[in-house]
Amino acid sequence: MDPGLNLRLSSWPALRRPSVVAPVSGDARRAVGGDKTRGASVALCGIEKHYDSVGAVRGVSLDVRSGEFLTLLGPSGSGKTTTLMMIAGFETPNAGDIAIDGSSVLALPPYKRNIGMVFQNYALFPHLTAADNIGFPLKQRGIDRATRTRLVAASLERVHLSGYERRYPRQLSGGQQQRVALARAIVFHPRLLLMDEPLGALDKQLRENLQLEMRRLHADLGITFIYVTHDQEEALTMSDRVAVMNEGVVVQVGTPEDLYDRPCNRFVAAFIGESNFLSAVVRGIERNMLILDCAGTTIRAMALQTPTAGEGVTLAIRPERLRFADGTASMAENRIAITVTDMVFAGDCCRYLCHTDSGASLVLKQPSGSTGRRRHPGERADILWPAGDAVIV
Amino acid sequence: MIGRSVFAVYWLMALVFLAFPIVIVAALSFSSASYLTFPPPAFGVRWYRAFLGSREWLDSTWLSIAVAGSVVVVATSLGTLAALGLRHLTGAVRAAIGALILSPLIVPGIVVAIGIYYVFAAYRLVGTALGLVLAHTCLAVPFVVTSVSVSLAGLDRRLEQAALSLGATPSATFRQITLPLILPGILVGALFAFVTSFDELIVTLFLSGSGAVTLPRRMWDDLRFAIDPTIAAVSTLMIVLSAVLLLGAHVLRQRQATAQHKV
Repeated sequence: MDPGLNLRLSSWPALRRPSVVAPVSGDARRAVGGDKTRGASVALCGIEKHYDSVGAVRGVSLDVRSGEFLTLLGPSGSGKTTTLMMIAGFETPNAGDIAIDGSSVLALPPYKRNIGMVFQNYALFPHLTAADNIGFPLKQRGIDRATRTRLVAASLERVHLSGYERRYPRQLSGGQQQRVALARAIVFHPRLLLMDEPLGALDKQLRENLQLEMRRLHADLGITFIYVTHDQEEALTMSDRVAVMNEGVVVQVGTPEDLYDRPCNRFVAAFIGESNFLSAVVRGIERNMLILDCAGTTIRAMALQTPTAGEGVTLAIRPERLRFADGTASMAENRIAITVTDMVFAGDCCRYLCHTDSGASLVLKQPSGSTGRRRHPGERADILWPAGDAVIV
Repeated sequence: MIGRSVFAVYWLMALVFLAFPIVIVAALSFSSASYLTFPPPAFGVRWYRAFLGSREWLDSTWLSIAVAGSVVVVATSLGTLAALGLRHLTGAVRAAIGALILSPLIVPGIVVAIGIYYVFAAYRLVGTALGLVLAHTCLAVPFVVTSVSVSLAGLDRRLEQAALSLGATPSATFRQITLPLILPGILVGALFAFVTSFDELIVTLFLSGSGAVTLPRRMWDDLRFAIDPTIAAVSTLMIVLSAVLLLGAHVLRQRQATAQHKV
């Protein structure tokens, strides 16, 4: 029996025998996710994709756990969308393997993979109504009209669009189209949902609402989400784990906290959030702390790696972890003398642009409500940061 | 202001220049005179009656409609398939095959006609309706390919990918997604195919012989041997038919534009 059919039937136990379908509530509850489906696990193993000898994806290995919300984050051209298209089956890797729940899917065409997908710009069928769009995957699976109508209604209710059944995509706003696309991608109970920058075309407010909704949806459905975005804020807000991609490889995989607090290199430190970079020379190690020399000032940093004495390293520090010295410095803090170049008020915080005596520039964020005194351009000051907050990249 | 009115006059003159022959022909067709003379001495529908009462004219009309109808079926099918195939090609191969398909439009009609005549003579296709259908199909396919290709170019590939990801097989995707979305383009191509065949004279002159005399061929013969205003009546009817078909094509194109761009 072909594997696609197998998947299909096993995910529709109640629909296999229409005579035993419980009246409305039973499968409506399925459609609104009352009982969770176990998410699929996805294993990418050394996958590569070349276009005209240019490597779009150059050896990506990644394990996505069952039920996880994993985001592929990277700038345009980093290979994240190509990776997603290979999982969906629209691109074939030149090397490597893709396994879903432990078995390779490379031989399966997209329509047999049973994966839900939300496309950039939604890809709603313009000649079909919202209801027919959402009913499309059910129709392909041979589900009868009455059941389809029920499931579509339940699915629309889940995305808060009840009553929009008869509308055509062009009669819906961007946010509504996005919801219909989402409903269409989950109505057939896939165990894996792929999303390619689904919120890219929406304005900020709407995007933030939908981000929360998707998180809730993910929690309700219990299925695996793989989400592609270039928006680091979106990635941090929504994901269980984030895989940062650059130039066709996965640079770092970790929880949002991991990536933010312990970026493994300068690219990740700069791409996720904002970072200050300071050059320093290693002097030695003392009780798990590195002793560094930064243009004549001695500073300390977490010793995640163990560079040898005399080696030049770069330190990354988040702007909000810096503060102006006000006489309460503890021993665990580093201190460096700077001159304020400029101050920008940004609503929730003040951003100070500063430079050290050796010429390195630093950005310091001071929360708006903080009691600290405002500094003015040209003023000299000392800034402090906890030694544990700086990482070597 | 002056520039605008000068432009308007210029524009009007151009329109009159283009439409004048049609007006003359239409006026002549309603003439009561026994010969082609302008202005007509009086008006009547005498020549329309002559057309409807003539076995030869009616036979030619039905033949033209039958040939054009067959051409529509064959050329639209082939042209649509060709356009779908072309979509999967890129670069030089695509350019070469595209040019080959369009060549009947580029090569002078008389050259095509002579070529077809020699080939068809060998297969005894001269003087048969089948020969005309085949020849006209060659001339009509480029219009279908062009029209369908434009539709396909405006079709978002992701719609087909979305259908596949939702479990539709490639053939189900074609039937439920691709075909409905490019249908206006196919219908426009079909209309052009009909008009191409229905109006075609040069190739027909070589191929029709005495066994397959189409309407344009009959008009041509009539002009040469027995000029009477029946030909004006036939011309007017053909103009009306062509105008209706092209108007239909225009409406279809507009609908396609709205369908594809309002999403």
